[in-house]
Amino acid sequence: MSTTALSQFSIPFLMGNSLNAWSEALAGFYLFGLPLGLVIIAAIPLVFIALYSLTYGVYGERKISAFMQDRLGPMEVGKWGILQTIADILKLLQKEDIVPASADKFLFVVGPGILFVGSFLAFAVLPFSPAFIGANLNVGLFYALGIVAIEVVGILAAGWGSNNKWSLYGAVRSVAQIVSYEIPAAIALLCGAMMAGTLDMQKITMLQSGTYGFAHFYLFHSPIAWLPFLIYFIASLAEVNRAPFDIPEAESELVAGYFTEYSGMKFAVIFLAEYGSMFMVSAIISIVFLGGWNSPLPNLGAIALNDWTSGPVWGAFWIISKGFFFIFIQMWLRWTLPRLRVDQLMYLCWKVLTPFAFVSFVLTAIWEIYIP
Amino acid sequence: MSNPTYTVIFYLFAAITVCSAAFVVFTRNVIYSAFSLLFTFFGVAALYVFLSADFIAVTQVVVYVGGILVLLLFGVMFTNSIMQGKKSEVIHIIPGTLLLAVMIGAMLYTFYTTHGWMPSETTLQGSIVERIGFETMSRYVLPFEMVSILLLAALIGAAFLARFDKSSK
Repeated sequence: MSTTALSQFSIPFLMGNSLNAWSEALAGFYLFGLPLGLVIIAAIPLVFIALYSLTYGVYGERKISAFMQDRLGPMEVGKWGILQTIADILKLLQKEDIVPASADKFLFVVGPGILFVGSFLAFAVLPFSPAFIGANLNVGLFYALGIVAIEVVGILAAGWGSNNKWSLYGAVRSVAQIVSYEIPAAIALLCGAMMAGTLDMQKITMLQSGTYGFAHFYLFHSPIAWLPFLIYFIASLAEVNRAPFDIPEAESELVAGYFTEYSGMKFAVIFLAEYGSMFMVSAIISIVFLGGWNSPLPNLGAIALNDWTSGPVWGAFWIISKGFFFIFIQMWLRWTLPRLRVDQLMYLCWKVLTPFAFVSFVLTAIWEIYIP
Repeated sequence: MSNPTYTVIFYLFAAITVCSAAFVVFTRNVIYSAFSLLFTFFGVAALYVFLSADFIAVTQVVVYVGGILVLLLFGVMFTNSIMQGKKSEVIHIIPGTLLLAVMIGAMLYTFYTTHGWMPSETTLQGSIVERIGFETMSRYVLPFEMVSILLLAALIGAAFLARFDKSSK
């Protein structure tokens, strides 16, 4: 499908309807000869992470966990406790910025920064809407998969810099886990890339659009597609250190893992990084398997639901809702499943997920070559 | 490259690469030099992007930061007495300087005899990933397979060495 085909079903809105219209208009925006637009493009995902983790992330997680355990959760600050997170942020801002006396000062300070940058970098290639993508790379998917490596170095810096046995153990566990689970995750995403025939995030999304809505998504593209979908979902849980793979911060054994020594805003930055990477993996799984910004609603004869719910703004709505849906599943699993042991974790990765990922890879290749 | 913004960004990344590489070499603390390598690899990846080799740039991050640097950090962290900052005081300066002079001289000689940089004969068109995949599977299929067999042999060897030895227990 060519890029011009998009204009057939997107509603003209604000700044035209061609692909990447918003981001290209921003990239060409100069103020006093300075490329202010480039700064705004970079700032949009940053503001998005902060807003969403403030509202949906922290508050949603506390409320969802409360409802799952038949509690009420935060109720005091504001109606239903909606202002609780703002109160928490004010408290964190006021806290003293403590650096432990025997910690490695430089690595302790720089660790959360590297961690946050690592989780934030992948947002550059996420298509937030047909009209907005930070950087339309032709290796977008590969980049999003590989850039997580920087996060790993941040975790090691934080864990080592704390000069604390719990922190170091948490960091080592976390890194071992992320490095191992990158393999099934990468092979599972490769299945999606094979179905699309490209690594360009915007093209992968466009290839899944059509008048039948969800029926065009790669999850329903072949009878094997559910397998890489499931494998990537499980592996992505491990990559963002969420339960049942939260052994790096296992409260019962390691206090809080690699961020035991952190307090105040450094703690908040580590949490922002965690919520940032949670949305990142959720967005990647929705782009590769669930059509990204495409509307899941089909056209039913005269009731053109798909046409009505397509366009730049609707696109942003769909991809963010799909991302939030997967974040909800992550929270749901966190309060449902018990934690895995280290050996079970490695068993699951190397002896279950990786072989099944290879099987799904071969089957997808056969399907793509022999069955049109 | 005519755009001043790109020039500024290029020199920024060049400075990051050179400064962090110098820090890797000159710092007395092994762990700092390992962490500083992150910025060197990152800067080199950015320089690849300026050569419009984005696939190689991402591969650089995946292989060097995700693989080699993490392995290096693990190795350094599990080694005892890394904080002493010991470095051998043997004189490597003279052969090192000679090697450096020869290499820079050769590069400058090539630069002056060929009258400037050597631009690529063909210009890139379309997606670079497709070209790489096509060339790997057609013209360079034998080296590709040989490298994969080499890596497989290395993997088996590593697994054999790391295996739990039953007889010694």
